[in-house]
Amino acid sequence: MTQILPTDNKLVQDYKFGFVTPIDADAAPKGLNEDIIRLISSKKGEPDWMLAWRLEAFRHWQTLREPHWARATYPPIDYQDICYYSAPRQRASATGEMDPELAKTFERLGVPMHERAQLAGVAVDAVFDSVSVATTHREVLKKQGIIFCSMSEAIREHPELVRQYLGSVVPPGDNFYAALNSAVFTDGSFCFIPRGVRCPLELSTYFRINAIRTGQFERTLIVAEPESYVSYIEGCTAPARDENQLHAAVVELVALDDAQIKYSTVQNWYAGDAQGNGGIYNFVTKRGHCRGRRSRISWTQVEVGAAITWKYPSVILEGEESVGEFYSVAFTNNRMQADTGTKMIHRGARTRSTIVAKGISSGESSNTYRGIVRVLPRATGARNHTQCDSMLIGPQCSANTFPVIESFNASAITEHEATTSRISEEQLFYLRSRGIDEETATALIVHGFCKEVLKELPLEFAVEAVKLLELKLEHSVG
Amino acid sequence: MAEFEIRDLQARIGEKPILQGVNLTIERGETHALMGPNGSGKSTLSNVIMGHPDYEVTGGDILFRGQSLLGLPTEERARLGVFLAFQYPVAVPGVSVARFLKTAVEAVRGKSAGGAGGFLKGVREQMKSLEMTEAFLDRGLNEGFSGGEKKRLEILQMRLLKPALAVLDETDSGLDIDALRIVAGGVNQLRGSDLTLLVITHYERLLKLIQPDHLHVLMEGRIVFSGGPEAVQELERRGYDWLREQAGEAVVAG
Repeated sequence: MTQILPTDNKLVQDYKFGFVTPIDADAAPKGLNEDIIRLISSKKGEPDWMLAWRLEAFRHWQTLREPHWARATYPPIDYQDICYYSAPRQRASATGEMDPELAKTFERLGVPMHERAQLAGVAVDAVFDSVSVATTHREVLKKQGIIFCSMSEAIREHPELVRQYLGSVVPPGDNFYAALNSAVFTDGSFCFIPRGVRCPLELSTYFRINAIRTGQFERTLIVAEPESYVSYIEGCTAPARDENQLHAAVVELVALDDAQIKYSTVQNWYAGDAQGNGGIYNFVTKRGHCRGRRSRISWTQVEVGAAITWKYPSVILEGEESVGEFYSVAFTNNRMQADTGTKMIHRGARTRSTIVAKGISSGESSNTYRGIVRVLPRATGARNHTQCDSMLIGPQCSANTFPVIESFNASAITEHEATTSRISEEQLFYLRSRGIDEETATALIVHGFCKEVLKELPLEFAVEAVKLLELKLEHSVG
Repeated sequence: MAEFEIRDLQARIGEKPILQGVNLTIERGETHALMGPNGSGKSTLSNVIMGHPDYEVTGGDILFRGQSLLGLPTEERARLGVFLAFQYPVAVPGVSVARFLKTAVEAVRGKSAGGAGGFLKGVREQMKSLEMTEAFLDRGLNEGFSGGEKKRLEILQMRLLKPALAVLDETDSGLDIDALRIVAGGVNQLRGSDLTLLVITHYERLLKLIQPDHLHVLMEGRIVFSGGPEAVQELERRGYDWLREQAGEAVVAG
């Protein structure tokens, strides 16, 4: 049985995104089989090749086993007990605007969907359960040849681009969750930045899970042609429920010669209550391919939500002198379990990568950094610098670091630094002796600890991320 | 009622007793110096006044304007107007000095210090008198600071927080003669009926610059000598041994 936690529950109050939008849904029956996949494909009006791709992925998925090497424990997931498609029934509007109920929802989430949002310099694709419900600023972008639309629309309108790039970074059979996603993915964003264009707006997708017992399987693909630049932002929330909901996304980035993609995430899925009931399972495959020379891909993530996070945004450094970056803050409290990190695969000569991972654990949570830096034989002169720092708040949490460095080229230089610290009594005493209460002092110390990562976020987004971290910390101290 | 009074204070860290009955009374606006050999309990006393969690008070009391500080958390002592200039200020990496100062001033005053621009203008003026450069404001708090820089920042905080009672814990340690002059000057400007001072030091040189009204010597966790400012030179000349002898067997055995 699923129930919404009572509103006097402190955690639900704290998680201000934990509400449910009352809207009718067009939902598929629970369960996973070829008919469900055919249903999803037909709901989206997809061409035959897409359905064939999905079915092949599904058949492959059936041969795979759920991975359990991450440091997380959870009861078995019943994949037949999940609804794989749920779309809100939008009331038709003469002006073609968003259903008022959905508009209200995104307003409450602080996601600008109106024209005035243009001031903020952000174009938004809003994904509600299984479908994209609106994408803003498309005309402005179109003038520069930029395509920014939902994945469903891209499959219909730009099949040649989708066929060329979809699955070219994360193949359908890459891993258990990627295969599942390839079979049942519903929506997500497609961005295409043509040669030489610097995208004038931040592109952004906001993912909202609303429906009960529904999984979200989004698929995002970003292609940056030579000498182009794009900064993309991803945000997400879900209602507070005592069930676990599965979110298994795949994100693929392709950067060609001299192109740059900056991908920023603030992940704030519902994380469950203090006893560990409910919350999102965030099992995500994110990978970028620096396909061109001197191309550059940066992942910046602030992970503060989800009951379990299993996520390793990676970069394959193919083009000579390409650059991969991973900046991460992972905060866990209560019973949250995060196993996150990155892979930097150096294939091209003089490729460089930087990893800065900051883990903060409190409560009874478990916070793991897991990373691989692999330098292949052709990657002469490759360089990596890795820095992993863990901070523990309180005696019952744990932090683990599993860094792997594999070098098959003697000229490569890899550096690794790691620290683990408890919030120091002396730092707290010093700040408190200046009248600062313990909660604020802890927030200051944590903020300082994360600064290197937070400064990588687009400015307005950084402000939000800091507020969110402070909010989460308020109930982790004392 | 005295501005600040320590009554028969006993404190320990772990199982080890350190303060063994300290008595000290300071009237409003007075400056008292506290000297004593290494390990006599000087820093413990300053930590206990501020409420460091590692120290356990096992007896006695600390009264500020007649109110006991012992039950109060550290931040509330600060808000009442008690300030400690640390001997070894700790670094808080990534937290800029500017942000820290604004947070501290707002916490102590209990209200907003206004916009960042106006606030920092006031801070810059105070920094000039301590011969600090503006670049300080953007640096991480005490992160990679030299000894002299740390001590200047302590006095800058004191000037901004305007405490009623300030304890300076070996503020002169690690300072060259120029820095010492600047830091002492920064303290002296604040002296007057609104500031009560307890200056903890090893050396006469600081007390030449910040001249005390009274001098006390702490030894083995007790005040074994109290006198007027003239005693500073006598101590400098004779050292502590004669006091140790005078204090007698009880202290040595204690």
